[in-house]
Parts: sequence; C-alpha cells; structure tokens
Amino acid sequence: MSDALLSLNGVHTYIGPYHILQGVDLEVPRGGVTVLLGRNGAGKTTTLRTIIGLWQASQGTIRFDGTEIQKETTPAIARRQIAFVPEDIGIFTDLTVHENILLSARSGAIDEARLGWIFGLFPPLRTFWQSTAGNLSGGQKQMLAVARAIIEPRKLILIDEPTKGLAPAIINAMIAALKELKEMQTTILLVEQNFSMARAVGDTVAVMDDGRVVYSGEMAELAVDKKLQERLMGLSLEAHQ
Amino acid sequence: MSNNLFKPRIERPSLSQVIDAKAPLFLVPVLMLTGLLAIGSGSTWLTLTAAGFAMGMMIFIMASGLTVIFGLMDVINFGHGAFISLGAFAGFTILGLLGSWIENPGITMNLGAVFLAIAFAMLVTGLAGYGFERLIVKPVYGQHLKQILVTMGGLIVTQQLIYVIWGPDEVVLVRPTAFQGSFVVLGAAVEKYRVLAIAIGLALFVAMRLVLNRTRIGLLVRAGVQNGEMVEALGYQLRKLFLTVFMVGCALAGLGGVMWGMYQETITVHMGAGVMISVFIVVIIGGPGSIEGCFIGAMLVGLLTNYTGFLIPKLALVSTILLMGAVLMWRPQGLYPVVKTH
Repeated sequence: MSDALLSLNGVHTYIGPYHILQGVDLEVPRGGVTVLLGRNGAGKTTTLRTIIGLWQASQGTIRFDGTEIQKETTPAIARRQIAFVPEDIGIFTDLTVHENILLSARSGAIDEARLGWIFGLFPPLRTFWQSTAGNLSGGQKQMLAVARAIIEPRKLILIDEPTKGLAPAIINAMIAALKELKEMQTTILLVEQNFSMARAVGDTVAVMDDGRVVYSGEMAELAVDKKLQERLMGLSLEAHQ
Repeated sequence: MSNNLFKPRIERPSLSQVIDAKAPLFLVPVLMLTGLLAIGSGSTWLTLTAAGFAMGMMIFIMASGLTVIFGLMDVINFGHGAFISLGAFAGFTILGLLGSWIENPGITMNLGAVFLAIAFAMLVTGLAGYGFERLIVKPVYGQHLKQILVTMGGLIVTQQLIYVIWGPDEVVLVRPTAFQGSFVVLGAAVEKYRVLAIAIGLALFVAMRLVLNRTRIGLLVRAGVQNGEMVEALGYQLRKLFLTVFMVGCALAGLGGVMWGMYQETITVHMGAGVMISVFIVVIIGGPGSIEGCFIGAMLVGLLTNYTGFLIPKLALVSTILLMGAVLMWRPQGLYPVVKTH
C-alpha cells in the first residue's frame, strides 16, 4: 500500500461533545476500491465527512495526493477532484435531473460523451432528464447521486452506502458502475454494509470499530476468512448484507 | 444487467397532490372575486384592486430579498427594515439633485430620475449590506437567537447613521410630475404612480425568476436554499454566495425603500421598520426562500389590506395577520415551502 492517494493518520473528530473518531489510520491505494466496513456507529460516515471537510478533524493529518488537506474548507477539498456521495444521497430534489448534473459539472458545461456513458450505466436518467429529481424513485435518486459524482473525472470518489434500501437490480447497476470506474483507474472509498457489493468491487478493505480502524488488508483475504470476519465484526460477512 | 430492470418508472404525483400544488395560484383570483362580490361596485373594486396590486408589488420588492436571505442563509435579518429606510433616503438625495428632471412634464426625464434614484439607492444599500454581513451577520451564522439580537442592534445603528447623515426630521419625497395624480379606467380612478409600482414589481418578479431559473448563479442559489452542505461538497464556496445574496437582498430592500417612500410621499428613519411586519408576514405566507410564494403572498396582503380597509376599516390592521394564520393552518410551511434536505 505504498502508493496511497489518500492517507489518514491519527485522525480525531468530535461532533459536539461526542468523540467519534479516536485516531483513525487509513490508507486508500491509488486506482482501486477500498471498502470501509464496520457496525453501525463505528465511525464510517464520520470518516468520509471528515475527509471532505464537512466535519473538522481536531487532531491528526489527512494527506491527499501528497498534500495535507485537514485544515482546508469543503469547497477547497472538493476542488482537488474529490467527489462525495453522502448517505442521504444529497441530490437537490427541487431541481431537475439535468440541473443536478449541470451543477456538478464545475467546468460549466456537460461533456456529452461522458453523459452518454452515464446514460448507458443508468438509463432512467436519460428518460427523466427534465423531470424534478424529487419525483424519482429511491433507486433513481441514488443513480443520480452517483452520476453527479462522476459527470467529470475525479481522482477520488467517496461513497457512503450507495445500496442502502435499494432493490437487487439497482444494486447490480451500482456494482457495474463502480467496476467501470475502477477500470478507468478512479480511486473509490466506499462505505458499504452490503457484503455482496463490497466483495464484488472491493480491492482493499478497512474495518472500523469504536472510531478506529481495527483491520486493514486485501478484500480477497477477508472475504474467505470467516474467523477473521467474526472476530472483527461479530458475525460473518455473508450475514452482513 | 437486463434493461428490463431499468424500465423507467417515476413516482407520479396523484391528482390530489397536483391540485394541492396548484392551489396557491388560485388564491389571488379567488380573493379578487370575493372582493368584487363583497364591494359590489365595479369601479370601486377596480380602484381598490389596482391599489392592492401596487401595494403588494412594493411589499414584494421589499420582501423578495429577505425571503432569499432567509431561505438560503437561514438568517433572520431584523435589520432589513434599516435598508428600506436607507434606500429611501439615498433615493431622496438623488431626486433632490435632479429637481429639474422630476419637475419636467416629460415622462422620459421623470423615469430617468426615478431609475437613477433607484440605481443609487441599490448601490448604497448593497454596499451597506456588504458591511452588515461581514461585521454583524457572519459571526452568528446558524445561531438564530443571536441573529435576532445582533440584527436588531444593526437596525438601531443604521437608523442612527441615517439620523447623522440626513437628520432626524420627516422628509417629503415629491413624486415626479408624470406620476402625480390619477387617470380613469372603466370609471375607476387609478393613481399613475401605482401603475409604475406594478410595472417595476412585475419586472423584478420576471427578472428574479429568469435569474433563478436560467443562470448558473440562480441554480446555485436554488440548490443552496435546499442543501447548502452539498453545494459546498460540489466545490462551490457557499459563503461567497451568501455574501452576494445578502448584498442583493439589501439592494432590493433599497429599491423597495425608494418605491415605498414615493408611495407614502414622506420618509422617516422608522419607515422601514414600520413596514417590516407586512414584509415578514409575506415571507412566512409564501414560505421562506420561495420567490413565487413571496409574490403570491404579497399580492394577497396588498389586496386584502385594501379590500378590508374599505369594507371593515377596523379589521384592516389585523386582516393580514388573520390571513397568515389561515395560510399556516392550511400549509404550516407556507404556500410554497422550499424543501430542505439536510
């Protein structure tokens, strides 16, 4: 893991009086998918929000592409070509699908070729291009959230539980989209509870507990080691989906 | 991955949801019809309706800036009234310098004077808004109680500055010659100035809709009203957007101040604070952050004030508060609530 695009060293984050991240050490290798696993409340979402600057790290360093970013504002971090898909999807429901995508194209114009590729991944977005995003189904909203993150090339995409509450067909579409992004050498840090998804796309894995990373390694190793899964997470990952 | 899995479906709103969404559009025609039935005389109704629309447009001008500030920045700016007064006094200064223009019977010179006064008032209040946001509002983002306290303090300080510059006396603001008096339409007397107020109010409404719906900055404002955190996560500096919107909101208050001052024909340092009750009622009725809601709310307030002022004068003062109560019982978030997703 020497060629890390993103590395967190001893990161602590408080939300109000609560000490959520208690010294997170994490490395995200360049050009692959790193899956962040852990039970609810382990600090996975807080880790992503701290990386993007929505919550400030009180201690520790976050290094992205060779630069410390933990003191930068969220817009400055995002402009380093980091995209964020939050757990609550974060689309603008009063805006149309087109407007949501347009806003994400920071260059001011949408690359038609890339848009065609996205339409291939998520056909409903073409159908409902001029529809208000709030009227989309849950799965279509999630497609829009991911499409928004990839409408322009990004060095790193942070995705928080993209399959939460989605039908299997939509989950398969998400897996296909992430695999294509992986082939394009996009680095992804994925928080995921669905192990089918995690195993299908993950190259490396980090398991969090009580605000710390308690295990990190290759996904392939964790996927076959049930004892390790049970030791880290209290249950095997097959049961964790 | 089968394409059948992506068979396009959309959660289409039911008929009752569609009717519910469109219902606010019918409020103004329903109120006008009710007014006509209650008043009886067509010419009197027309006079009151023109007066109501003019008053509504001026309140809309003053409230439009506040509602965007409220909706986007989540800032309760009790100092907004000071910018209305400041705009009126700044406009008065220009109209005073252009005495020969406003006394000229030609409408071109008159309009030129009015628009120069408006431009100067908007410039002054926009710049004052810059200082207000940096010094007073910025330290208290997200803290509503402190916002109320410090913006009230800012209101008092700004009023005292107006005293220092223009003095404590009430000032007479003379309307340009072409906008004095009235003309008769279908037997109803309509003040000329009210036509100008309606025209400017409508032009502002159309312009604001165009900016919000057709430009990138408008797109950002609409997105920011809904989910500011996500706008930042997309790489946009929300604080700069806040500052721009605050300055524009204050400039619109200045525009409203000039229009309201010429409507009242006298201006005082407290005129802005005086009209703020109506402005807040309009913002609340419309739903904070909604330009369309603000526009409909302002028309309702203007018309209702004039109708009840004619029919039941004692009820005129409380009619708008009753209206607000009724709207909130129907739609607790206002006519067109802006959905916040965080």
